Amino acid sequence: MTDQSLNPEDNTAAQAVLVETPFQRFVSEYADNKIAVVSLVVLVAIVVLAILAPWITPQNPYDLAQVSIMDAAQPPGTEAFDGYTMWLGSDGAGRDLYSAILYGIRISLMVGLASGLIALIIGTAIGLVAAYAGGRVDTLIMRAVDLQLSFPAALIALMLVAALGRGIDKIIIALVVAQWAYYARTVRATALVESAKEYVEAARCLGLSHGRVIFKHVLPNCLAPLIVIGTVQTASAIALESTLSFLGVGLRQTEPSLGVLISSGREYIISGRYWISIFPGIALLLTIVSINLVGDQLRDVLNPRLKK
Amino acid sequence: MTVFIIRRLMQAMIVVFLMSLIVFFGVNVIGNPVDMLINPEADQAEIERTIRALGLDKPIAEQYLFFLKGIAQGDFGKSFIFGEPALKLILQHLPATIELALVSLLMAVVLGIPLGLYAGLFPEQGISRTIMASSILGFSLPTFWVGLMLIMGFSVYLGWLPSTGRGETAVFLGIESSLWTWNGLSHLLLPALNLALTNIGLVIRLSRAGVREAMHQEYIKFARAKGLPTHRIIGVHLMKNIMIPIVTVLGLEFGNLLAFSVVTETIFAWPGMGKLLIDSLLQLDRPVVVAYLMIIVLLFVAINLLVDIVYSILDPRVRLRDQGA
Amino acid sequence: MNRTVKTRALATVAVVALSTPLLAEDLTIGLASEPTSMDPHFHNLTPNNAMSRHIYDTLIRQDETQGLNPGLAVEWKPVDELTWEFKLREGVTYHDGSAFDADDVLCSFVRAPDVPNSPSSFASMTKGKTLKKIDDFTIHITTEAPYPLMANDVSNVPIVSSESGCDATTAAYNSGEASVGTGPFTFVSYKPGDSIVLASNPNYWGDVSPWSTVTFKPIKSGPARVAALLAGDVDVINSVPTTDIATLEGREDVGLSQGTSNRVIYLHLDHGRADSPFVKANGGGDIDNPLRKLEVRTAISKAIHRDAIVERVMEGVAIKAGQLLPNGFFGVSDQLQPVEYDPNGAKELLAAAGVPDGFELTIHGPNDRYINDAKIAEAIGQMLTRVGIKTSVETMPRSVYFQRASRGGPEGGPEFSFILVGWGSGTGEASSPLRSLIGTHDPDKGWGASNRGRYSNPEVDALIAEALQTVDSAAREKLLAQATELAIADAAIIPLHYQVNTWGVRKGFAYAPRTDEYTLATGVTKE
Repeated sequence: MTDQSLNPEDNTAAQAVLVETPFQRFVSEYADNKIAVVSLVVLVAIVVLAILAPWITPQNPYDLAQVSIMDAAQPPGTEAFDGYTMWLGSDGAGRDLYSAILYGIRISLMVGLASGLIALIIGTAIGLVAAYAGGRVDTLIMRAVDLQLSFPAALIALMLVAALGRGIDKIIIALVVAQWAYYARTVRATALVESAKEYVEAARCLGLSHGRVIFKHVLPNCLAPLIVIGTVQTASAIALESTLSFLGVGLRQTEPSLGVLISSGREYIISGRYWISIFPGIALLLTIVSINLVGDQLRDVLNPRLKK
Repeated sequence: MTVFIIRRLMQAMIVVFLMSLIVFFGVNVIGNPVDMLINPEADQAEIERTIRALGLDKPIAEQYLFFLKGIAQGDFGKSFIFGEPALKLILQHLPATIELALVSLLMAVVLGIPLGLYAGLFPEQGISRTIMASSILGFSLPTFWVGLMLIMGFSVYLGWLPSTGRGETAVFLGIESSLWTWNGLSHLLLPALNLALTNIGLVIRLSRAGVREAMHQEYIKFARAKGLPTHRIIGVHLMKNIMIPIVTVLGLEFGNLLAFSVVTETIFAWPGMGKLLIDSLLQLDRPVVVAYLMIIVLLFVAINLLVDIVYSILDPRVRLRDQGA
Repeated sequence: MNRTVKTRALATVAVVALSTPLLAEDLTIGLASEPTSMDPHFHNLTPNNAMSRHIYDTLIRQDETQGLNPGLAVEWKPVDELTWEFKLREGVTYHDGSAFDADDVLCSFVRAPDVPNSPSSFASMTKGKTLKKIDDFTIHITTEAPYPLMANDVSNVPIVSSESGCDATTAAYNSGEASVGTGPFTFVSYKPGDSIVLASNPNYWGDVSPWSTVTFKPIKSGPARVAALLAGDVDVINSVPTTDIATLEGREDVGLSQGTSNRVIYLHLDHGRADSPFVKANGGGDIDNPLRKLEVRTAISKAIHRDAIVERVMEGVAIKAGQLLPNGFFGVSDQLQPVEYDPNGAKELLAAAGVPDGFELTIHGPNDRYINDAKIAEAIGQMLTRVGIKTSVETMPRSVYFQRASRGGPEGGPEFSFILVGWGSGTGEASSPLRSLIGTHDPDKGWGASNRGRYSNPEVDALIAEALQTVDSAAREKLLAQATELAIADAAIIPLHYQVNTWGVRKGFAYAPRTDEYTLATGVTKE
């Protein structure tokens, strides 16, 4: 009993000293790259705007009582039927584009994060099982992972959405299925490396349970690669969702995500009403690029092997 | 060796069988193709006649067995809409897709390598930084949006290039292709560029990395010391070093190209397989969707099998590990 | 001497005639929807039927406004209550040189309803009709009951050759081997998804087309079609998107040709169920289906700002509707006007019906079937919400929509409570929508097949039934108009607008618009 109660205290005490410095080092290393800093600022701004959307937009684009067909496809700067100015113009159903874009980013981020998180949990669990069980189970799981990774994620998602139908829940399921294998492979590899290390051996010899070893020692070491993969996969999930919506197999038209907005703007291109597809496109681009750039820098900072 | 191949073949067959189950049942649960096909004036009797004609009155398990029997004989079923064998339809659309994919690969190489070389040779220059930043854009830009922007810019505003469809084809060296006519090439340019974008970014990064790595290696230093002209060093020694990873990765990218051709073909109304897939999906032409997906599955499983076998020949340990498991 | 001059003159004419058509008289048409086959009997659907009119003739032709004219039959008349006599055109030859006679008609009527794997057959056109050959150029068609729509039905069945066409498979038609008709064009090539090429038939019995070759290119996406027209890749396109019409009107190098279609866009409401799944009390509780009250249906109709839909959603390219078919069609009523927008009146009616605070409703509609369908559904949702009927909007691809709308509910009935749909009258007169949309649902009789609101009114049924057996045109027209007036007064359906079809042409070309939405090379002229 005493041993066990002492151990964690030791750990936290030791960490308290260490945490300070690695975090500071992490921050200063991250800040080395100006572009990465700017991307982080942009990303945070996007997230904050999306969270605050209901309070900072003149219109809830999903509430039909607030949308009027009289405002359909108006250019940027037009005054709306209900009195406010539509700075980015409106879409074909009369939604204020500024409002619709902020709400659309909400959907995109939610889909990206939800599918990323679920895929991460499932992938991590499967990866750990493979690493610990070894033998036949490991072979079977890794075969499945290889097979999954040999298909392009976009095709898998397309197949699944074709089978499942439309809707946000279905898109998330499709994205999880398309992405779990990336996490599983990474976690398995890291876990194998970690569990061969001496301190884990030692922990085992001390009679610590598997669960304890995994959660205390193995998982924390997987964190860095998981964060990196997580950011990249979240960005690609957002891109995939908008692509599927654009193709007409993703989300519904009445509660538009960015992909749906861009797709609805397609019919207005020739008549010169560029704003309907351009502005949501820029929002989507900023979101994806900033996540990717942040992920890029995180990889450089968190992955010691890449350091010079 | 033979045992190994047989084991892998069995595994591959199991995979194909499982996928056929998933694909067939998945595709058959949504909507009802009869309502898509039938004339709105048709009465109940006519609707039932159509259901029978398409074989949709039978239980789904029976439909599946029938489908499996067909596959075993190389018959993927008949399109509900066109009444033609699904396989024939897909093969009719194949050349257009291959044409597009090949040209976009070529573009990726022709544009990506020089840019990557430059960025690798002069890493500190502003131009190089711009190149590298754009390569990230190449990854991140949503293909469909870029496609729209290309159409908006080059077709609508500037009016330089046609926005959609495949141009005139001609026969040359026994191959019918739109590559042989000006009209065809002008139609091909925008969609190929759109499809190539991701790969251009990829090639830039790969070739830059290759150059950075090679510049520190002894043989390059030696060649320089020997006083070989720069163009020779780049042209012969560097290129050798960077081509291997590029060829490997682009080979692997072919699958992605196939997937994203769905998007590009939809935007540019390119009459290839991808557009056929999306049209068939939206019109519930199930046999065509199932056949397309099964062909993709077979293709990927075959590639994997081949890679496995080649690896096992090159590296016997793979075979041993497999037996141990 | 005189002779040589003549020959020379003739020779020059011949050279001119030979050289100019080859260069100048080719025509390329961009089509929104592609025919699914070259077999004229394979798929009874607008794009296929339009294509088959080029290669094949029908006994009776429909003109631009679906009026009936002689085709392969020169005259037709009822000889008694149950029998119609058709006199066939003599001296007509098929593209392969064989002669046309009564045998071709007989076997075409056998083949048309019975093509293997047909997704939608011509059975509704041939059903209940017995053909009898009187001589090589006379046939009798008999029915079991008097049948005034005989000529309309017959005008929809393409005639193929008894020698090369009647026993041929769909594949043989697609390869061109069996694509032999009597029509103004001959088959050249068919590449699905890419192109269909036809050539003028120089031996045509009617007017020989000035277009020596016609190429049809399927271009599904609207903006793509317009871009192709602007780039000069195609000379004519159909279904110009409403969003681009204003832009095209402002340009010198293209022209537009517009005509009212026979298609009405309307709302169907659940008359059948007391407890309708997509109608809820405020807050989501159960409610006795208010759509069964005439006041509520009328209130919905008054709450809809048809002018706003026409102006803002359809960009001015539609005509607001008050009944089932636009003015000018056979059997429409001259009494009916579109309902005026009156939101206050609507609120009063809701109060009178006992639902002063409205209720909750879901409108379902397709998003890829009619012009701007999803946007219309959203506009309806907005307008009803503003008078207190809190409406949510669900749109879906037609592949899912129509099945659920027709048979998605329990016991295979309609699933939805309130839907947006359209109806084009294939016969070009009012009995088609009356029988299918308004007539009481009865699979055995073939009535009410698209009555997705399960409206049922014995009085209306009786009028339709009488009209369908009345051979005298004037009397029939009156009965149809009466039935329409009754149904609209009862708000059986709520008409919104009639679609207007728009064709775009390059400068120098013109297209004669058609109510049946067909795009025919024979309708394209050079100015």
